[in-house]
Amino acid sequence: MNIKALLAGITCFGVAGLAAHAGQDAKLSIDGEVLTTQAAAPAHTENLDEIYSGWLFRSGETQALQLDDFDNPGFVFVDQAIDEYSKVDGSAGKSCASCHENVEDFAGLRPTLPRVEGAELVSMEDLINNCRTERMGAEPWKWSGGKMTGMTALIGVQSRGLPMSVAIDGAAAPFWEKGKELYYKRVGQLDMSCSNCHEDNYNKMIRADHLSQGQINGFPTYRLKNAKLNSIHARFKGCMKNIRAQPFKEGGDEFKSLELYIASRAEGLAVETPSVRN
Amino acid sequence: MKIFSLITVAAVFCASGAKAEPVAPSDVKFEDGAVVQSLTGIVGDPAEGREVFKGRKLGNCLACHVNADMPEESFHGEVGPEIAGVASRWEEAQLRAIVVNSKMVFEDTIMPSFYRDAGYTRPLEGFEGMTILTAQQVEDVISYLQTLKED
Ligand code: HEC
Ligand code: HEC
Ligand code: HEC
Repeated sequence: MNIKALLAGITCFGVAGLAAHAGQDAKLSIDGEVLTTQAAAPAHTENLDEIYSGWLFRSGETQALQLDDFDNPGFVFVDQAIDEYSKVDGSAGKSCASCHENVEDFAGLRPTLPRVEGAELVSMEDLINNCRTERMGAEPWKWSGGKMTGMTALIGVQSRGLPMSVAIDGAAAPFWEKGKELYYKRVGQLDMSCSNCHEDNYNKMIRADHLSQGQINGFPTYRLKNAKLNSIHARFKGCMKNIRAQPFKEGGDEFKSLELYIASRAEGLAVETPSVRN
Repeated sequence: MKIFSLITVAAVFCASGAKAEPVAPSDVKFEDGAVVQSLTGIVGDPAEGREVFKGRKLGNCLACHVNADMPEESFHGEVGPEIAGVASRWEEAQLRAIVVNSKMVFEDTIMPSFYRDAGYTRPLEGFEGMTILTAQQVEDVISYLQTLKED
């Protein structure tokens, strides 16, 4: 009894650490399924004890939009992707559905990307464009264009609720190291690294924004700011421009390595796409 | 017409010649965490400095510092310490050092250097070789900070 009360006290204390701003003791429950938004940091994330989904840092109104798929504006684009999925395109006369009959079969894929294939690190966008160019005889989609973000959300949502878990050892190790270096590297006229904001200062206000840990378990993410789905690399690009740094190329090696490293920092957090952010 | 424009040119030349050039970013002298010499020789304007403090495209100091002197602004950041009473903690020359290049005073700080034009990695196109603030804007914001005394 005493021990139980003590444990309860400790748990409360842990949550209170983050609850300085509204909405952080909230539960992300969609259709009766509770998604993991907080977890113990993985061992390879030395400077954090706990990891938190960006959802916890948003206002109550923004959070609410993600609790019901009918209210979630991101699903408009997922629905469009369902149509696209069975649309024939390219010289081979095929649609995605010609070869991947049930989109549900992609369950389990999102939390494992990016991954190494041969000598390359590949993101979901690469896998999709590879099917389009090599198997359909179709044009590749733009990395952060509407067709691509819709499709990555459709494939991603099949894994909603599953814990993020990318491989970082073996062939992935050099990419992971490179991503880590980029994460801690100061860039731009404001001379800041990702870690300056998302590791050293998360849970603080920076002017009107409540800083999160900059996790990517919710991507692609619907943003109220631009009313569309946003790719991981587009978000990286936005943060770099905000500190007046020349962004790397979307789909390039730098951003893919950074994606791998940041995905590894989210190990254990639930896939949330299409998440809603401001 | 020609003579007239010649006179204008001469006048402009003389006017700028009379004023001392601002100290170049690379020539700023730091001694014991302080920069004694004014960057422009012109005393800063605290009203302008107040604008620099809150302007998102200027200093945007408010992004990181809560400022009790600006209750009219809805959003104050909390990454750095509250700025109230700052003039009672630091001398003018120290404030100049902090604004010009905060890293000379606070090792590894997140606070940007507002009067440094070199040594950056991947500056955004259009910002290469530029300082965030002009020399006079730095003097203005320092004059403004000096009005923030503990009472
Ligand atoms: C001509 C058949 C064909 C078409 C059409 C096709 N794919 Fe594929 N796709 C494959 C094959 C074969 C693989 C590799 C084997 C596998 O993992 O299923 C693959 C792999 C993938 C993967 C990686 C799966 C994994 O688990 O590693 C994704 C994602 C994917 N395809 C998406 C798409 C999308 C989206 C479309 C439509 C734009 C599409 N594919 C069209 C045949 C096709
Ligand atoms: C000046 C501070 C700052 C820096 C430096 C910064 N960001 Fe951000 N970032 C923000 C703000 C503010 C937001 C929006 C609120 C939030 O989620 O933190 C954000 C959001 C994000 C998000 C979205 C999180 C979500 O839950 O949807 C990601 C991902 C991200 N940043 C990655 C990065 C990466 C990668 C870098 C380094 C290249 C970086 N950021 C550098 C301020 C910063
Ligand atoms: C990205 C956040 C950030 C911005 C923008 C910023 N600062 Fe700071 N500032 C800090 C931090 C953090 C400290 C504390 C020093 C440290 O890092 O230990 C600080 C410290 C200071 C101090 C010393 C305060 C004290 O009480 O000891 C002054 C003065 C100051 N800043 C002025 C400014 C001015 C003026 C501007 C705008 C021209 C500005 N700052 C912009 C983050 C920032």
